[in-house]
Amino acid sequence: MGIGVLSLIYGIIDPSITGQRIWASTLINGWFFFGIGLTATFFIAVSAAAQAGWGVVFKRIFEAVSMFVPVGAGLMLLVILASAFGMNHLYHWMHAPGDYLIEGKAAYLNIPFWIGRTVVFLAVYVLMTLMFRKRSLQEDATGDTVGFFKRNRVFSAIFLIFFGYTSVIASWDWLMSLDPHWFSTLYGWYIFSGMWISGMIMVLLLTLWLKSKGYLPEVNPSHIHDMGKWVFGVSFLWTYLWFSQFMLIWYSNIPEEVTYYMARIEDYTVPYFAMVLINFIIPMLLLMSKDMKKHAGILSFVCVIIFFGHWMDVFFLVTPGTMKDEGVIGIFEIGFMLGYLGLFLFVVFNALTKAPLMVKHHALLDESLHHHIN
Amino acid sequence: MTKQKFLYGLYNDDDIMIDGIKAMQSKGVKVNDAYSPFPIHGLEDVLGMKWTRLAICAFMYGLTGMMMAIIGINYFMIIDWPMNIGGKPNMTFLQNMSAFVPVIFEFTVLSAGHGMAITYFLRNMTLPGMPARNPHPRTTDDHFAVELSPEENASHSLEDLKNMLKDTGVVEIFEKERITKFI
Repeated sequence: MGIGVLSLIYGIIDPSITGQRIWASTLINGWFFFGIGLTATFFIAVSAAAQAGWGVVFKRIFEAVSMFVPVGAGLMLLVILASAFGMNHLYHWMHAPGDYLIEGKAAYLNIPFWIGRTVVFLAVYVLMTLMFRKRSLQEDATGDTVGFFKRNRVFSAIFLIFFGYTSVIASWDWLMSLDPHWFSTLYGWYIFSGMWISGMIMVLLLTLWLKSKGYLPEVNPSHIHDMGKWVFGVSFLWTYLWFSQFMLIWYSNIPEEVTYYMARIEDYTVPYFAMVLINFIIPMLLLMSKDMKKHAGILSFVCVIIFFGHWMDVFFLVTPGTMKDEGVIGIFEIGFMLGYLGLFLFVVFNALTKAPLMVKHHALLDESLHHHIN
Repeated sequence: MTKQKFLYGLYNDDDIMIDGIKAMQSKGVKVNDAYSPFPIHGLEDVLGMKWTRLAICAFMYGLTGMMMAIIGINYFMIIDWPMNIGGKPNMTFLQNMSAFVPVIFEFTVLSAGHGMAITYFLRNMTLPGMPARNPHPRTTDDHFAVELSPEENASHSLEDLKNMLKDTGVVEIFEKERITKFI
């Protein structure tokens, strides 16, 4: 966190770092870490709705990560409001009067509606996250497992339906509208898979770290194996969606669609493709075998690399639209990212200390404790 | 085809069978295999089964399929008859690779899937048309069977083995031949 503040001061002092670069960084990191928190909420909801038993031992870690949602929502709102009130030039469509294509989209892309949507989405995400957390703590206190199990299922279903629509709309609003002339119908899923993999990596890394410190004795190799499968599987989902979007646009070669990839390939050829290959090939080769998915060292190695790989992915979502060909990953960007990471970890560890690491009462706790797969 | 005679004990409960296997093993008898109508959690650990190598085969088959697809598509679409589809570059494999990825992927999956299925059939000797391997029709319904090889347990006589099985609560003991090798 200190590094982030230092980078921010450095960024303000150093005249070569423009305001646009700072604001782009706030959007990149704000979205990346907010997405990780939101993934945790999403995963809690999925587990409850699908009545998944195996992951109950991870519940507190997911909850702790989801506790970043209120903070992350505040940071996102800061960027959104600053953009809307003209403090920066992140969203080109706000500053392009007379642009035929953008005016055609004015019914959807106008500032009041845009802010309204953002505020509603963020408010619901924050409230639902806090509600899941509160209900989990209440369940521990009262021990009414059956009642909470059934009611949580309903709340989770409501959240998932809301999340399913709004995560896609939010990705259009916050990220796709950075390139306002361009659109892709696959974009929402692609963004969602990116934040999903980042969230799973974060939870797995936290689990491995806590386990290496001697906490979480209940987490056995089968749980770690399952989380390894998640990281492996969602990496494939992300690559699949990235490639589907890329290949269709590359093949059809329609001018208004290829602009998106022209901006990325012409200005950032090597890092852009390196990012994709790293995010695909490293988890594919290293996590393919069963023993690798249980090995803490290999898992941490893969996770750390593709964690930064997916940060790069978000960097390339934002930068070409906001900085054109001027984007760089310098000391400032890395420092800013570490700053956000510090804040994120501070919030998450704080939340971890607030409650016992293992839930006391849950309808499927016993199933999770005896989780064993071959 | 090599045939071998085995000794079978039929149980009507899976817990009794697992206890029976453990009791037999504690007396130094090697239990060859067990048959059950449904998967029993932890049975393979009790029997001391080795982990399957099917995953390694799958990886090999997948690699083979990928190589075949790359070689094939390189010949069809680049060397032999370059086709102009939507003005895409058709001179080199690398420039046109994006268009080939779905085909390569599908062929990889096809090879891995079929290779695994055929390997599985061969290894289990359950190729279509082969005699059923399970010793008793009721092991697909509501009974469970353990399989002992009298030859591998040569330190015990056949009568001893039968008596030991009897002590574990079997409902039926019988001997039967089954194919163990293709050659």
